[in-house]
Formats: sequence, C-alpha cells, structure tokens
Amino acid sequence: MKRARKTTLAAREARLAFWMLAPTFLIVFAIVLFPVAANLWISVKPVTLADLRPPRPVVRLRVLQPATIEGEQLVLRYQMRNSSQSVQVTQVALFDVLPAGLIPVDLDPRCAFVAPRLRCDLGTWQGGERQNLDLRFLATAGFVRADAREPWGEHTAIRGRAPNVLTNLRFTLANFRTVLAGAEFLPALWVTLAYTLFGTIGSILLGLFAAQLLNAPFAGKGLLRGLFLFPYVAPVIAVAFTWAFLLDPLSGTVNALGVRFGLLGQAVAFLSQRSLEVHLLGLRVAVPLALSTVIAFEAWRYFPFAFLFILARFQAIPRDMYEAAQVDGASPLQQFWFITLPQLVGILSTLFLLRFIWTFNKFDDVFLLTGGAAGTKTLTVQVYDQAFALADLGAGAAVAVTLFVILAAFMVVYFRYAPEGAA
Amino acid sequence: MNATEPRARVTRPGRRRAGLAGTSVAAGLGALASALAVGGWTLSATVFGGLDTSYPVAPTLAAGAAIGALLAHWRGERDSPVLAVLAVALGVAGAWLGWSGGRPLGGIAVRPWWGVASALVSMALAAHLTRYGLRGMALSRLGRVELETLLLRIVRAAGFTFFSVIVVFPFYFMVASSLKSRAEMLQRPTFLGVDLRQRLADLLVGYREVLTTFHFGRFILNSTLVAVVTVAITLVLAILGAYAVTRLRFRGRELLSRSILLIYMFPAIVLVVPLYSVFTQLGLRDTLPGLLIVYPATTLPVALYMLRSYFRTLPSDLEEAGLIDGCSRLGVIWRVTLPLSLPALASVGLYVFMIAWNEFLFAFMFLDSPAIFTLSRGMVSLNSQEVPRQFLMAGAVIVTVPIMILFFWFERYLVAGLTAGGVKG
Repeated sequence: MKRARKTTLAAREARLAFWMLAPTFLIVFAIVLFPVAANLWISVKPVTLADLRPPRPVVRLRVLQPATIEGEQLVLRYQMRNSSQSVQVTQVALFDVLPAGLIPVDLDPRCAFVAPRLRCDLGTWQGGERQNLDLRFLATAGFVRADAREPWGEHTAIRGRAPNVLTNLRFTLANFRTVLAGAEFLPALWVTLAYTLFGTIGSILLGLFAAQLLNAPFAGKGLLRGLFLFPYVAPVIAVAFTWAFLLDPLSGTVNALGVRFGLLGQAVAFLSQRSLEVHLLGLRVAVPLALSTVIAFEAWRYFPFAFLFILARFQAIPRDMYEAAQVDGASPLQQFWFITLPQLVGILSTLFLLRFIWTFNKFDDVFLLTGGAAGTKTLTVQVYDQAFALADLGAGAAVAVTLFVILAAFMVVYFRYAPEGAA
Repeated sequence: MNATEPRARVTRPGRRRAGLAGTSVAAGLGALASALAVGGWTLSATVFGGLDTSYPVAPTLAAGAAIGALLAHWRGERDSPVLAVLAVALGVAGAWLGWSGGRPLGGIAVRPWWGVASALVSMALAAHLTRYGLRGMALSRLGRVELETLLLRIVRAAGFTFFSVIVVFPFYFMVASSLKSRAEMLQRPTFLGVDLRQRLADLLVGYREVLTTFHFGRFILNSTLVAVVTVAITLVLAILGAYAVTRLRFRGRELLSRSILLIYMFPAIVLVVPLYSVFTQLGLRDTLPGLLIVYPATTLPVALYMLRSYFRTLPSDLEEAGLIDGCSRLGVIWRVTLPLSLPALASVGLYVFMIAWNEFLFAFMFLDSPAIFTLSRGMVSLNSQEVPRQFLMAGAVIVTVPIMILFFWFERYLVAGLTAGGVKG
C-alpha cells in the first residue's frame, strides 16, 4: 500500500516536471534543434531564395467593354500568368463573384457560371505561361453596376497547386559539390581558423593582463572594472561601425594620428586592404591587414569576457600562498609563473574552449566590419553570401552543415584531449 | 604583477648613494615615465585641443633620464619629498624650454605660455611617475626581486594606459564624431574636441535627424518592446524549467541539466537559413512575433542554467514547509522561491535584456518593414553612402546609451549574471 502510494507520488512529480519543462523543450526544439536538422535537409535540395515563395498563378481583371444600361454587353478580361518561370502549376482554378443581373454569352467551356459565382478550371500551366480569358455578359434589368469605374475584381481569386521544393523528395549532392570544390572554400576555412585561433588567444591574453591589473585593491577599481566591460556590453553594431569610421583612411582619426606622429608612412585602409608589406629586421613580410584588424577587433571586444572570469578566479587563490612564497624569496615573476598560472589552468582552458567555439560561430563582427571582403571571408560569412547574397539557399545550407561538422569534430577532439578540470 | 608588493626592506637611516647601477636604472625608468607623460600630453593636446604638436622622442627621453638620475642622486634610500620632485621637474622643464627656444613640443606654438605649460605639466607628470615607480625601493642594493618589481610596475603603468585608451577612446570617438559634420572630420581628422560655442541645435543636428527623419524614435520603442517581452517570456519559462530541474525528480534529469548548455554551442548562422525558409513560408518573417519566438529560444538555455545554479543554493526546507501547509507547487514557487531569488532574477533579466537589445543577426535577416525595425536593424539602414557618417554615429550613440545606463545602474547584478552564465558571445 505504502509502496504504491510512493510511486504515484513520484509519477505525479515527474508529470509536473514534464509540464513545467514542456514550453522550454518546445521552443528549443522548434528554434534550435529542428533548424539544425532542417539545414541538413535543405543542404541536399536544389533550393534558391526565389523558391521560398512557391509558384502560384496570379490574376488581374480588366473591363474591356463596360456596360452601363440594360441590353449592353459587358466584356471582362482575366489576365493570368504563372508566377514561376520554371515550375509548373497544376489544377489552376479561377473564382469570381460577379454583380447581379448578368447573363453569360458564349461562356468558355472551361467555365461554369451559377449567378453570381464564376468558376473556371484551367488545367495545368507550364512555367512562365500566360493566359487571357475574355468573358462576355449581357446586362439585364437587374444589372446595378452602372458606373464602369466601380471596383471590379475584389472577389477575383485564382488557385493552383505547385510542388513545394522544400517538401518534395528530390535530393541532390550538387550543393556540396559546388561548395566544397569551389575556389572559395579552402581560403575561407583557413581564414576562419586563423580568425578563431588568434582572436581567441588575443582576447584571453588581453583578459589575463587586464585581470592582473585589477587584481589589487586601489581607489577607482570598481569604475575601471565597469569601463573594461564596455566593449563587451555595447551593441556590436555600434562598436563595429565606430571602428570602421575610426580606421577610415580618409577621415579616420587613427590614420590621421598615425601619419601625424610618424607611425604610419601614409594612410592605411585597415579594413579594405588585403595585405600590407612590413619591413621587419630587413625582411619583407606581407601581413594580412584586414584579417589582422578583424582579429584585433575580436580580441578587443571579447577580452572583458575572459577578464571577468579570470578576475573571479584570482579572488579565489588563497593569499597565504603568496606570503609563503615571499618568505622563501620568490620573485614576483616566479610567483606568477609558479603560483598564479597553475591555479589558472582550469579556467584558461575552459575559456579557450568557449571562446574558440563562439568565435568559430561568429558572424556579426566580420560581416559588419568588412562584409567578408579583403581576405576576411569566414565560413559563417560564406553561409550568408551563398544563401542570401547569391540567393542559393541550398549551397548556403551546405556550407552551414560543413561548418557544423567541423565544429563538432573540434568538440570531440577537445573533450577527449582536454586537460583535467577543463569544461 | 602580483597584488602583494615585496615588503620594504628595513634600511639603516641616513643617506646612501644610489650607485651607478641604481642611477642608470632610475634614469631608464625616468625616460620611460617621460615618454608616457609627454606622449599622453601631446596626444590629448592634439585630440582634445586641436593643437599642432609633435612628439620629439630624443629630447623627451633625455629629459626623463635627467629627472630619473637627479631623483636617484638625491633620494638615497628614502622616497623623495614631493616638493623636491617638483623642483627637479621645474629645473628640467626650464632647461628643455631654453634648449628648444620655448617650443618643447615642436610644431607651431600658438602662444608662448603654451610651450611653458606643456613643458611644466609633462615634466611634473614624468617626475611624479618616476617617484611613484621607485617608491619603497632601495636603489643601492638592486637584486632580482627589485628589478622584477620595477619591471612589473612599468608593465602595470603601460597596461593601465593601454587599456584605458583602447576602452575609452572608441566610445569617446563615437560621441565626438556624432557631433561633427563630415567637412569638419575631413578637414581635421585628428581633432576630436567638441566646439561648445555653436548653437545647441547645430551641435545636435545628427540626433535630431536620426530621431525624426530616420524614425529612430520608433525603433527605440520597438527595441524596448522586443527586449521587454523577451525578458518576460524567458523568465517565466526559465523559472518553471529551472525549478523542475532542481526540485523535482524525474527520469533524465541529470542528462537534461548537463545538456542545457550544449544548446549554447550552436552557431546562430546555422539556424538562420532554415528559420528564414520556414518563417517565410509561415508568414512569420518580417513580423515582431516571429522575432519574439526566436529571441527567447536563444536566451532560454543560459537563463535556465543560471537560475538552476541559484535555486540549488536555496534551502528546500521552506518550500517543503509551504507544501505541507497546503500550498500548490506553483503557489510555493510564487510565494517562497521567487521572493528569495530576486537578485538572481534581476541578473538573468538584465542579461537577457542586453542580449535582446543588442541582437543583430535575426533582426537583420527577418525585418524588412521600417515600421517594425529594432535599433540594430535601423542602424543598418543608416549605413549607406547617402547618409552622413555623423548620423550613423548619432545612431550608434542612441543604441549604446540605454544599455550603458542600465549597465552602470545595475552593474552588480549584471556582472553577477555575466559570470554566472558565461554570456553567449
């Protein structure tokens, strides 16, 4: 008896939990998991942006010959066409509701008129097909529409059936062939890796440095901590445009200052120049300029993230470890190297994982800064370019699937070989 | 670099010479301090004052080295008194002024007092920095610890300067350039001071245009609406979900609470293509409800995660007492759990608000009708050849200011939220 009661309680609890979690599940499934699956589906289908509006017949009604009084003949012309140039539409049917008092004259055999309703079955239309349908009516005593400018066609409708490219069962690997064999793919992969790796390392190093600076009590520390978070909290669109303006070769302050104080020989287009030759110790090195700028932006914008976490970790390192080290005569650098860094390994590798994945997934920043020009086209920007700029949804989805597979591979490798305590 | 400085060594009273090594170290420090001081002064004179200055490297370093050497010579083992430091600065500044003919910073000195002021201010700053850098240090016995401490002090000073500049400057530039016309920017791109003598209406023309002609007033309302509704939906669903995950027992609970954050690793761009397709066909694209379905989905996992972590810290005794007294589960959540977790709710709410307010990708992909643009989407429409940059920057300020006000007002909560959740970046 007691046992049975217990199970029902447990079952009730589980049911309650189910209902409390159901909305979250639903929304996450609909907006996150379903799209990932749908992406796979789209990537093996020849879908373009135009296909999203399914082909359908469209109609316009013109009054060729108006009737004003009894006994006159009214001629209506239905101008119809298939909205798609390539896909056929089947079972096209035209519907209309006409004013009272009209009698059809030589009604088209495809049409049926049961006053006041008109219905015409127009069969199958090829892509781009146009048809005009002229219908003649005799106005009788009951015809009330005397004014020819009365709006005609407010009840006119046309319907047809068209295959939805998204839901049919035709598959192709053409998207992957185009994308993977395309000249853009490999460069985009390398750019993505460089952007991700250096952006991640840069933001973590800056964050570590900033956290070191603020890891001591002093007046104004709280204010500085707030300031340091600015790049991260501000909307990406505002800071990206600010950087673009700041680095502008014509009116940008950074270029002007650089030239003014002799750091730059001439104004440099930081965001639109692919590479810059730098003379270093007698060597000529070509620096990928726009990519470096984008990486610098990444490091700048996300260092506060690393900063916050590392600072929090610092506060947790016991103070007496340093005191003991000082008694033993350890120098400050030794203290950092042998006490601080080992304590940070866990948080640093977690940060590396998180930032690596998020930078790899990042789209907004590069897109807003350069639009993927000048050697900064990452895979995410390529998804956008293929799917929306080139209007080839299928190819875009194929890039997205590739991106996702690479990401998953990284994660598997990371979780297998990550140091202890990470993630 | 560590928080704890080495303890000042107990030294015998009286003066001991700094020695050659000590003096050269102090001179080097002085040179660096002077480079920083003069650099900062020149840069601010150029950027904020619009003055025509240059940065004479060799004299700057020489003057700084002189300051360092003099301070080392006179200070002995004790820190120099402030008055002595000022006297040294005055002397070096005077020498530099005489040597350069009254134009220490080169260029065209507008008025004689300008050169004098420049030399005095930058040298006083340099001398004070040097003194501060040498504080509590025995120059006669420089060991590894002292040298490293000195090095770290230099690195710290450089670091503070570096971070302050990179963090503040872009935002200052944003505001300043929203108050300047294209002609002004092209004519003197190095000058970012604001001319307050002009009429206020002329100064703020960018803001007026953006708010009226470009309908940013409406976009502010749209953004606020979207962000507030997103916060409401997210909070309600996350509270229910987090409560279920922490307090109720059901199969798969462990798996669920571990996989919540995995959702977080999904690239938004991968979601965009299918969501665009489906929303277009359902007629949800280009509607605010469409956006309001997507936003909570992207914020829910982390909100749930953050609340779950918080609920775990709450004692469950109170809730059980409530249950025994005949409260329903929802009643317990409403009367007991939520009042206890107000700080966490504030953190999560602010954090979700920030994400929704800043969101760009989905707003950009989904919204076509200007009537329902959010601020991010509205900014894109400002970014064209026909619209002056000034207006774009005014728009940027309008997007940024609300989130900054909110941030400073509730910094404590937001920082807690950021650290607890590990915001999606």
